[in-house]
Amino acid sequence: MTRTRIIAGVVVALLVGGGVAGFAVAWRPAISAIEPPAPPSFDTALVRRGRDLAALGNCNDCHTVRGGKTFAGGLAVPTPFGTIYSSNITPDADTGIGRWPEMAFRRAMRSGVDRDGAHLYPTFPYDHFTNVTDEDDRALYAYLMTRPAVHAPTPANKLAFPLDQRFVVAGWKLLFLRRGTYQPDGTKSVEWNRGAYLVEGLAHCGACHTPRNALGAERVSASFAGGDVDNWNAYAINARSPSPVPWNTEALFSYLRQGWHPDHGVARGPMAEVVRNLSSVDEKDVHAIAVYMTSVFGPPTPDHIRRGDEVLAQIKSPTVPSGPTETAGAAIYAAACATCHETGRALPYGGVNLGLSTAISGPDPRNAINIILSGIRPVEGERSPIMPGFANAMTDDQVSAVLSYLRSRFSNQPAWTGVEKTIEDARRTQTVSLQTPPPRNAPADPMQRDKP
Amino acid sequence: MTTLKVNGHDHQVDADADTPLLYVLRDDIKLNAAKFGCGLGQCGACTVIVDGKAVLSCVTPLLLLEGKQVTTLEGLGTIDAPAPIQRAFMDEQAAQCGYCIAGMMMRAQALLLRNSKPTDEQIRAELEPHLCRCGTHMRILRAVHRAARLMDTAELSTTTQGSAP
Repeated sequence: MTRTRIIAGVVVALLVGGGVAGFAVAWRPAISAIEPPAPPSFDTALVRRGRDLAALGNCNDCHTVRGGKTFAGGLAVPTPFGTIYSSNITPDADTGIGRWPEMAFRRAMRSGVDRDGAHLYPTFPYDHFTNVTDEDDRALYAYLMTRPAVHAPTPANKLAFPLDQRFVVAGWKLLFLRRGTYQPDGTKSVEWNRGAYLVEGLAHCGACHTPRNALGAERVSASFAGGDVDNWNAYAINARSPSPVPWNTEALFSYLRQGWHPDHGVARGPMAEVVRNLSSVDEKDVHAIAVYMTSVFGPPTPDHIRRGDEVLAQIKSPTVPSGPTETAGAAIYAAACATCHETGRALPYGGVNLGLSTAISGPDPRNAINIILSGIRPVEGERSPIMPGFANAMTDDQVSAVLSYLRSRFSNQPAWTGVEKTIEDARRTQTVSLQTPPPRNAPADPMQRDKP
Repeated sequence: MTTLKVNGHDHQVDADADTPLLYVLRDDIKLNAAKFGCGLGQCGACTVIVDGKAVLSCVTPLLLLEGKQVTTLEGLGTIDAPAPIQRAFMDEQAAQCGYCIAGMMMRAQALLLRNSKPTDEQIRAELEPHLCRCGTHMRILRAVHRAARLMDTAELSTTTQGSAP
């Protein structure tokens, strides 16, 4: 009897103690709401700096539905745990961050907690944003608070119990969130440090390019070793890069700045919006990113250099007739692909020689399949590369045949496995990056014609 | 010789396997509704329906079409008995120069085959690959809605059944 009572007492004590500890870990106070500040109260130079920082952070990409109002949120982000909807970060008082003081914004960036004290899911990459300095957070806040307010309630996330309980995120943070702003490395150049600050912080490159563990946290031991995003493969951007030609600082700079490079092709899929944003910021920042990333890639191995030279030499040699057509895949390539991809017309409007394509040399066929099926859509208001999609013109067998031909002819990698399954998946899933925004230049109501 | 199924008929075609479908339709089978616009799959004027789906015929080589059913505008209706989509475009006077319209009608038809009541937004997104320089977009939008209504009652008419299986 006494013994049972002692055990019961211990259990109760543990539960209470655990509860208190859990509460201490999970509970965050609400920060008092403010009246939405008037836009003119912000310094214009600060707002302008915030604009560039927001572009470096690619904020609009996740916080805007395709064709919707900028920063109004509502984009469905597929994760292995369920669908999470991005929030409205316009200064709308009721549905956005209009009533957030700067302190609340900084807390969200630094530790993933909203104004009410609720934990935010790490789909919002505060594991990177924790590196951002107070001054940069201030500029971002000033920029966002001076955008047009849009009334747009954020849809409820689709998560199963217990992940739908936000306090669970507190445990995740205990395990994986390393707080603290970026600490410069005194042995490296100022430019390198600027690049590292941006890449590891606001630009959050690792959010897509670093693989994640079973709990959805980036695997620190495999930084930049390639990850998944929205049914695309975000390539390894370290020593394991599958790019046929090794990257260097100048190639990275021009790829990130203009969205393509003759030795690497064009940035499409989820990377398209990233380079679009990077084309609009101070080029010094883009160059700093390129400098830092060059050191992340590390010096290419002699084998990699040899492979790159080989591929470039093959391309520069006079065009060989489009190869044998003894297989179905070869015949499809010659008839449907080579007319653009083997004409030698310069990028970005000519098709890249597929020997240079990272998609064809990559670890899985998803990116190549996405592009073959859906093509590359023109970007509204820009001169941009395009490619017609073949989803309706090719059967799964035909796509599969051409892929295995491309893999064997244009890469030195072993054949992909599970190609058929990946094609089926890709047909089923319309990825966000391939959704067509409704055209903005043709108003539904002709009376609205003069309005922007 | 390749067999190509167009508008329900088998055609024996003497063309290389890499010939674009558009050339075969226009030059060999003499079906001229599908138009040559850009030849690069960028303008939509060459759109036809293959197994119920819109396809850019200028970038679709013959060898991809084995065993598939091709439908061109000629397969939808005739001058005497226009299909609902054609009647709707005429009623709304949706063509100005008309060069892009055959392609527009084919993709709209393919849309209506899988979605009998598309919204404005769905029609706009669907027809996005089509360029029209005359600017009849608003009429085209109305015509597709009208076609949807006509097709709702298409069983009553004796004209055509519209398209590929």
